[in-house]
Amino acid sequence: MTTMPTPKPGAGGWPEPVEVKLDDLYQEVILDHNRRPRNYGKLPEANAYSHGVNPLCGDDYHLYLLVDEKGIIQKVRFEGQGCAISKSSASIMTTVVEGKSAGEAETLKEAFIGLLTKEGVSEAERSRAGRLKVFEGVKQFPIRVKCATLAWHALEDALKTK
Amino acid sequence: MGERGTQGDDSMLTTQVLDVERIRAEFPMLSSRMNGHPLVYLDNAATTQKPRAVIDRLVHFYEKEYATVRRGVYTFSQDSTRECDLVREKCREFLNAAKSSEIIFTRGTTEAINLVVSAFGRKFLKKGDTVILSTIEHHSNLVPWQQLCEEKGLTLKVIPVDDRGELLLEEYKKLLSARASMVAVTHVSNALGTVNPIGEIVKLAHEAGAWVLIDGAQGAPHLEVDVRALDCDFYCFSGHKIYGPTGVGVLYAKEKHLEAMDPYHFGGDMIETVTFEKTTFTKPPHKFEAGTPPFAEIIALGPAIDTIETLGFESIAAHEQELLEYAARRLREVPGLRLIGEAKEKASVISFVMEGTHPHDIGTVLDQEGIAIRAGHHCAQPTMRRFGVAATARASFAFYNTKEEVDKLVSGLYKVVEIFR
Repeated sequence: MTTMPTPKPGAGGWPEPVEVKLDDLYQEVILDHNRRPRNYGKLPEANAYSHGVNPLCGDDYHLYLLVDEKGIIQKVRFEGQGCAISKSSASIMTTVVEGKSAGEAETLKEAFIGLLTKEGVSEAERSRAGRLKVFEGVKQFPIRVKCATLAWHALEDALKTK
Repeated sequence: MGERGTQGDDSMLTTQVLDVERIRAEFPMLSSRMNGHPLVYLDNAATTQKPRAVIDRLVHFYEKEYATVRRGVYTFSQDSTRECDLVREKCREFLNAAKSSEIIFTRGTTEAINLVVSAFGRKFLKKGDTVILSTIEHHSNLVPWQQLCEEKGLTLKVIPVDDRGELLLEEYKKLLSARASMVAVTHVSNALGTVNPIGEIVKLAHEAGAWVLIDGAQGAPHLEVDVRALDCDFYCFSGHKIYGPTGVGVLYAKEKHLEAMDPYHFGGDMIETVTFEKTTFTKPPHKFEAGTPPFAEIIALGPAIDTIETLGFESIAAHEQELLEYAARRLREVPGLRLIGEAKEKASVISFVMEGTHPHDIGTVLDQEGIAIRAGHHCAQPTMRRFGVAATARASFAFYNTKEEVDKLVSGLYKVVEIFR
């Protein structure tokens, strides 16, 4: 006999409280990049550009790339404003994609987004993300995932303009 | 509930002091915990918590009275219909409208404004006419008008504000002189808390021959509204911001406008006779209420209004203003904090920014302390632009908030300073 489901926490019923830690989100590396963003500013010789906006929270960044004829990202600069997560993510991104090909940057982006959004991320996937692992804690704050990924989506857009 | 001023020389002053502790006990959600802390709910401008009376009304209706409105001949349906009519009458009293048929139930303020734009604006505003808004509108009282302006070739003009967030009435007067037809202004700014001088705005508009819509989403929770004294053409508010259920709002419109306006949505309940050749429409308010309305929510809006009426706007305002002043004073102590919007007349909304820290990070840190505030542009991007910020953090108080909660907010902000310094 089929009967009515009984609502209960977590299983199709009301949400269960999840304990999250603020220190996991605002790691020292992240705070440092927020205070002193690297590769910050314009890039007059840029040949690829994009504007990344998060309409919900007003994060707003311009991303400038210099990509050589072989498709290698030679220089990256960004500027704009937003929260600590979006700013530090943009800053760290600029430091890891410089010298990489568009394809390698794309792989990193996938690894990074997977790290923040997928359930059961494998050790291999984690290690592919390298230094970007510092953002793992963002996963506990689903509303902030888009802050962390904003710069990476902007990078993808910018590479398309090349 | 005690009385203020019953002792000493001011014994004539009898503003009832709210017994906040007992009031809080009537709001079940206020005893929730968030992230291990007692909830400090300071996002009342977004939506307010519900008293037990509203929740119980919903549950009782769903469990013991549930039947559709205006269709059934059976008793339960007739009772539902009567209950809805009673709430319509209650809303009429709440706004002091002349007739309950001037009260249209909508999904909320947004739909109410869209209704006026479509059913009134589209019919009566002509190419070359001007629509006047203020700089500090919520997007919901801006985007619908902007769309209409594009569609009909109307001119959109904006009343500027000064650095405190107050409308510049002299500029408004100048705008009115240029073939203005419609003025749509918020009663209270959701982002800054500014209370606009709507009485004067309406008077000046009418002298210039313009119609006026007042967006009361942030006004109705804090201030007594008398649409007849005000003489506005339209006033609207949302149920969920006045301690009522989600999904229901109210549009007040003068009877003559409702008669002249075309229907907004078409369907059941708003017709007189239907043939494949022609349909004739019923009279207001039902002419504007196509389809099955959210009648459970409409019915539960009743006890929300009763709650406000029982406490009384005078007492509510006294308490909220005290909190606002206290919060403004305490927040100014926080290093690097700047208040945005310091109008003389304000509702209990306080917007601020902190040097070097984005409002979203403030919001996340406070969340971990159990404190709910709003961070972002508050659906008021032009307001943000006017004050040169991308976003602000906003604490908004209701009559159930306390000074202890303000203290917790301030402690949370010191934690923000510590993390991001």
